[in-house]
Amino acid sequence: MTTIHDESEASARRFAARAVDDGLVDIAYTTLDTPIGPFLAAATARGLVRLAFRTEDSGEVLDDLAHRLSPRVLEAPTRLESVRRQLDEYFEGRRRQFDLTLDWSLTTGFRRRVLRTTARIPYGEVSTYGRVAARAGNGRAARAAGSALGSNPIPIVVPCHRVVRTGGNLGGYGGGLDVKEWLLRLEGALL
Amino acid sequence: MSVALPPFQRLLDTYAEDVYGFLHATVGATEADDCFQETFLAALRAYPRLQHGDNLRSWLLTIAHRKAIDAHRARGRRAVPVAEVPERPAKPPRDVDPELWSAVRVLPPKQRAAVAHRFVNDLPYRDIAVVMSCSEDAARQSVRAGLATLRERGLR
Repeated sequence: MTTIHDESEASARRFAARAVDDGLVDIAYTTLDTPIGPFLAAATARGLVRLAFRTEDSGEVLDDLAHRLSPRVLEAPTRLESVRRQLDEYFEGRRRQFDLTLDWSLTTGFRRRVLRTTARIPYGEVSTYGRVAARAGNGRAARAAGSALGSNPIPIVVPCHRVVRTGGNLGGYGGGLDVKEWLLRLEGALL
Repeated sequence: MSVALPPFQRLLDTYAEDVYGFLHATVGATEADDCFQETFLAALRAYPRLQHGDNLRSWLLTIAHRKAIDAHRARGRRAVPVAEVPERPAKPPRDVDPELWSAVRVLPPKQRAAVAHRFVNDLPYRDIAVVMSCSEDAARQSVRAGLATLRERGLR
């Protein structure tokens, strides 16, 4: 026998699908499984706006999106199908470049320029904090570039893992240094 | 944005069952899903314009209450003169006696809604008043009248 609980869950699922169809969802999100743990992925009508490692609390990530962009946040995996597929291909080593539109609205100014510069570092290569800072318009702001990369709202796709310290030290990484190392090995930038 | 509204998904996760339970008790199993869809679509449309994030449960139940009234009116308009259609076997809200709930559904709309708010969702009279846009006394009165009717019929 179905219960009120089951029926209300079924109704809630139908509602979420309809809300997407009616264009009422400003931020769609889902959870993705990857070899480096689950990710929360969120997209606006403009494009992918956020990828969060499991090191971040997903409730807090969603709160932040609700406050900064729009509270019309719903779980809607269908809206993130191409993100899921391309990340799967990337982690299987079958994709070297992402073909996704990005929504940069969570960053501004120098930080955004640093991230846009970083987005152009090719697969399998690395750059340094100083070089990225210079390309973003301020060669002496290596430390600020590091902090911009630390707040990267779309890691992996904006490959901040490809930025290391001058001299080869890996520097830091929001998802953990072991993950940074794992990604650079996957891409063949580290042996 | 100045108002701290939680992500809408959290409202859905937290209150879907309250809204569904209320609708199930007031409009019945057949129309509960339609009213549920209407309620949450209306809520999602209006959500970003909400002035504060206090008591979102009452806000949702207020919308559900209006949708239930609309459904009741619509049913009146399309009333078809046939012998009584057997209702689908009632799936009782939570652990409530199904016989009781089919009796609740023949109460006048205001009493029915008040009884459902009070006993399906345990709303305090203060919140029932908000949800039904009436005074706390009127809410209390509707529940009392509804219960009296049920008692007359030997239920409750």
